[in-house]
Order: sequence, then structure tokens, then C-alpha cells
Amino acid sequence: MKVPITKRLIIVAGKGGVGRSTITAALALGATRRGLQTIVAETAGRADVARMLGGSATDALVEVELEPGLHHVSIERQAALEEYLRYEVPGLIGAATLARSTAFQAFVDAAPGMSDLLTIGKVWELIQRPRHKRHARGYDVVILDAPASGQLVGLLAAPRTFAAIARVGPVARQAGTIEHTLRDPQTVGVIAVATPEQMAVSETLALQASLTERFGIELDAVVANRVLPSRFTSDDVLALARAPEDPAVRSARWFAARAKAQRAQLARLRRGVAPTRCTSLPVRFEAALGRDDIERFAELLGAARS
Amino acid sequence: MSRLTQALASKRVVICAGAGGVGKTTVSAAVALGLAIQGRRVALVTIDPARRLAEALGLDALDNRPQPVALARLEESGKHARGELFAMMLDSKRTFDELIELLAPDPRTKEQILANPIYGHISTAVAGSQEYTAIAKLFEIEHAHEYDVIVLDTPPSRHAIEFLEAPDRLTGFLEGRALNVLLRPSGRAMRAAGIVFAALRRITGVALLDDLTTLFRLLAGLLDGFRRRAADVEALLGDPGTGFLIIASPEQSAVDEAVFFAAELARAGFHRCGVIVNRVHPLDSETHDAVAVAARLHERLGPKLAGKVARTHVEVQRLAARDAGAVARLLGALGDDPICLPDRDTDVHDIASLVDLCTDLFAG
Repeated sequence: MKVPITKRLIIVAGKGGVGRSTITAALALGATRRGLQTIVAETAGRADVARMLGGSATDALVEVELEPGLHHVSIERQAALEEYLRYEVPGLIGAATLARSTAFQAFVDAAPGMSDLLTIGKVWELIQRPRHKRHARGYDVVILDAPASGQLVGLLAAPRTFAAIARVGPVARQAGTIEHTLRDPQTVGVIAVATPEQMAVSETLALQASLTERFGIELDAVVANRVLPSRFTSDDVLALARAPEDPAVRSARWFAARAKAQRAQLARLRRGVAPTRCTSLPVRFEAALGRDDIERFAELLGAARS
Repeated sequence: MSRLTQALASKRVVICAGAGGVGKTTVSAAVALGLAIQGRRVALVTIDPARRLAEALGLDALDNRPQPVALARLEESGKHARGELFAMMLDSKRTFDELIELLAPDPRTKEQILANPIYGHISTAVAGSQEYTAIAKLFEIEHAHEYDVIVLDTPPSRHAIEFLEAPDRLTGFLEGRALNVLLRPSGRAMRAAGIVFAALRRITGVALLDDLTTLFRLLAGLLDGFRRRAADVEALLGDPGTGFLIIASPEQSAVDEAVFFAAELARAGFHRCGVIVNRVHPLDSETHDAVAVAARLHERLGPKLAGKVARTHVEVQRLAARDAGAVARLLGALGDDPICLPDRDTDVHDIASLVDLCTDLFAG
């Protein structure tokens, strides 16, 4: 199956260590190749995807063009706060000074969900056309390398959490607008990345359940990453069990058993998510993935605007 | 006596730390089981175990204190536990509530805190609250002196260091020093706080500020208790009887994290008692040439299967070479030889497979 890039915001989710940033990079490359003005957004000031695509870390909220049509931005709370006060609260004097004051910082720390709200608020601003940030360009698609699943649910719930405790005022109102956008399946899509292992599959199914329950959105696609090929038949497995001890035979036994365990987890994933939404990427045996691997993944995922 | 046995012999608290996704929970369960087999009375505090591991340990989420694990089935694996194993799954929210209950000066304050609309979010959503409750639980169990040793799994943070920072961050937060400037300004701060307060009122409305003010005024009554607790916890973490086991996988990011965490431990003066690399592919010192391997196996397996096995071996050896590089890098950076656990072909799903892991762990 081809992974659909038909939404304005694509959230790439998955637990730590499953290759989420690599898949984000591949999806972004695919979208760019199809002529879409694309921006990759990372949270907590990270720039992992930028580095994978040959860029480097930049100041927070600076939108950098890595190559024609492919942009990157690193979202960080403090910068997002300053920008928020500058652009979203009309007529506020000394926004930057205010944002940096100890008292205001303390407030951001103490008010539940405020930090997450600033991050998701910035993601929301990136998909606006025209943009609220002055002189900022518009994008066809924003691809978010999301934090690990548990934190992602917190991030998406932040507008609601905040609206519930603040009740009135501009932030509560804007939180309502962001919440409305996040719940629109025409605008927002989620692509989950999982390795075919018990924990990763469980976490993906749990993520799907909370997305449906709490936000009414579904997973658009699930990418099963690092899948071993089915190389050994059941006869082969029997022959390997009887074969004399040899390092190569041990490698093959490990490979066959691991591939079998993976197939069981893949089946569980397909049952839980709907087979038509699942796609797999083969394991790479290289020490570190390079640009070539990401290009190949982009082709395999065939990210398409249908 | 194995290296790990020796390293843990004098420990009363073992904290397993490492990046998310390296198999920390499973390894800490195996460490705890190993110590129980050796004859100690062990409490294992896990954070979020996989369902099958939880089942293997007979854990259920309902109880927020260690429960006995049935070790009778060990005999099937030819092992006998001379000690006892107790295990629990941390309930972060409940541990925080219990702490408020313990430290509140009177029942009325306790009720008011637990009922505050913002408190619920703070106990679960404020950065570091899960790490903090894990440490609070550790302290509580240690203080009761019911076990010879406590093994603590740490929360799945992106960075292991968040665990060490948690007590300071949370007390700092609860002390609300900076927030006090806003809520009870005095002197020179008055004017600035007035400006910020006015701006906040405009942005977020007054209800949120009222709830926050109320909550922090209530928490002020518990501050001394929290401060004392933080100092005690700091002392426990730095005690020579407390050891940190650093757990990594051969992935580059996990190795980086392990090296960074080890440096932070040393800086804080805490004691490291070992480094474990999980999911290592064993390196074959002999030939990695597919043609030679196929020729060697040709007669026994037939040409087709021998070819497949040879190709597989070459691929697996590429992973093994990467892993050996990671282990060498750890050795170079930390100066002690890591304990390597081979990559398993299946997940740990019962006591027998946990015993297998345990055997590898306490082997060399």
C-alpha cells in the first residue's frame, strides 16, 4: 500500500527506537518529490530529521529550506511563547520581555498543558494560510515528527486540557480553535511507525484506541519497520534444527525464529488496524542509515497525493 | 562468583537506568530474579511492563505495593530460589496522592489539594512527576526495611538523566519560588509582577490564576515535608549501598545516552555498579565470506539451504560488527567491560525465559 499524503498536517507517531525520524524523513522526501511544498517539524528543539536530510541544527522556529521544496523547523517552547505573545495577542507591549520574565516562566511551568499547548499551537500556525507569522511562507503539507506515543496524546489533548482549566480569555478561545482543527480528519492525518515486536505493536494499538476515543481521528497508515524477509521454509527450519553446531547455522536459526515471531506480531498489527492501512519496510543491515536508504524508503512508501 | 554478583553483593538499592526502548524493564526483572535465586529477599519496582512480562511475574495494577511472585515454577528450569521475590507496578498518580496524604498538615488541607482542578494535572502531567513518584516509592519501601535489596526500573523517559533531575525539579516547582513572585509579590518585584499579572489576566482569564494561587497556597503547608523528603532521597541515591546499572542497546543513540548518563552519575557522585548492553548479535570470529560458508555447509544442508544460511550469516554478522563497535565504544568511554546479553529470538514471556536471561546476565 502507498502511504497517503493528502492532509495538511501529517503526524508521524511511534515509540522510541522504532525509526520514527527515519520514516518522517522518507515521507517528507516523498512529498517533496511529488511537488508539494513540505516542511518537517520537530519538537523539544530537536533536529534529528534535519541532520538525516543533510541539514544541521538551527535556532528554534527558523524555517530552513534544506533543498528545493523541502523545509525544516525545530519547535521549542520558549521561542513559541515569545512568538505567540507577539502575533496572537494583539496590542501587547513588550511581548519578548514579558515572555522572558521569571514570573511568566513560572506560570508556563505551573499551568498544566501550557507547554504542550505552545508546541501544538505552533504546529497549527504552520498549516495556516495565510500564515499568522508575518512574511512567513505557506506550505502544502506539514510533517510532524511527534514525541513518543504517550506524550503525543498529551500534546494533542493540551488545547482541551487548557480550555477546561482556563475557561475564558483569548488562550482558551484559541485553544478551542486549535482543538477544532485537530479533530478534523480532512486536515489532520496520523501515520504510526512500529517495529514488529510485542511492545511496539501494543503501543500502536493503544495509540489507535486513544486517538479514536479521545479525538475521533483514526490512523491513516501504519508503517511496520525493520521487517525480516520470510526466507526459510518450515522444512528449512527442521533441517536447521538437525544441523550440526556452526556459527552460520546459529545465525540462520535466530533469523528464522525472529522472522516467525515478527510474522505473528505483524498479523496482530493487521488485525488491530485493518490490513489495507498497513505497509512494511525491510530491515537494513547497515550500521547507520544513509541518504540512499532514506531515498529507497521514500520510494517504497510511495508517499502520494491521490 | 560472576561480575554482576560481585558488583551487587553490597547493594541494598539497584537502579536500572538507560534510554527508552532498550529493554530496561525486562533486564531489571532478570536482575531481581537473579538476586532472589542467590538467596536475597528482593523487591522489584517496575514502571510499565509489557503485558506478558507482567503476567509472568503475576503482576496486576491494582496494588501499589510489592506482592510475592510465585517462584515454584523455577524448578522446571532446574533452578531453585533460595530467596524471595516481590514485585509491583508503579501507580504514579496514587503514589503522588499518598505522598500528599502523608505530608499534609491536616485532613482539610489534604482534601482541598486533592480536589483542586489543577492538582490532578500536576500529579500526572508535570514533567518529571513519574520519575519523582518512582523515587518516592523507592524511598518508602527502603525506609520500611522489609527487603534485603530493591531493584528499581526507571520510567521510559527520552533521556535517562531526567530521572536524576526529577527530585530537584519537582521540589523547585512545588516551592513555586518564581511563582511566589507572581502570587505574593513584594518590594521591587511588585511592579514587574503587577505587569505580568495584568497581562496574564488578559490572556488566560482570572479563573486559572485563582485556581493556581489557591493550589500553591495549600501546597505551601507541605513544603517542609517535600524539602526534607528531597534531601533524604538525595542521600539515599548517593549512599554507597545504592548502585546504578546502566542499560543500553547497541543502537548509537542508546550508547550516546549511556555515556552521557555515566558522566552525570560521576558528576553527582553517585555509584555505578555495571553496564549492560542488551540485544547484542554474537560476532563470529571466523570467516564472513558467503561463498566459504556455503561451501562449508553444502554437504550437510544441500546447496539451496546452504546458500540461504550463508547469506543470512553475512547479514547477521554485519549487525554483529555494528554491535561489537558499540560495545568497544562503551568500553573506551567508561573503562569497564559491559555485560552483553545476546539478542533473543522471542520476547520474554514467562518465568522460564526470564531465567534464561538471568543465566546470561550472571554468567561471566
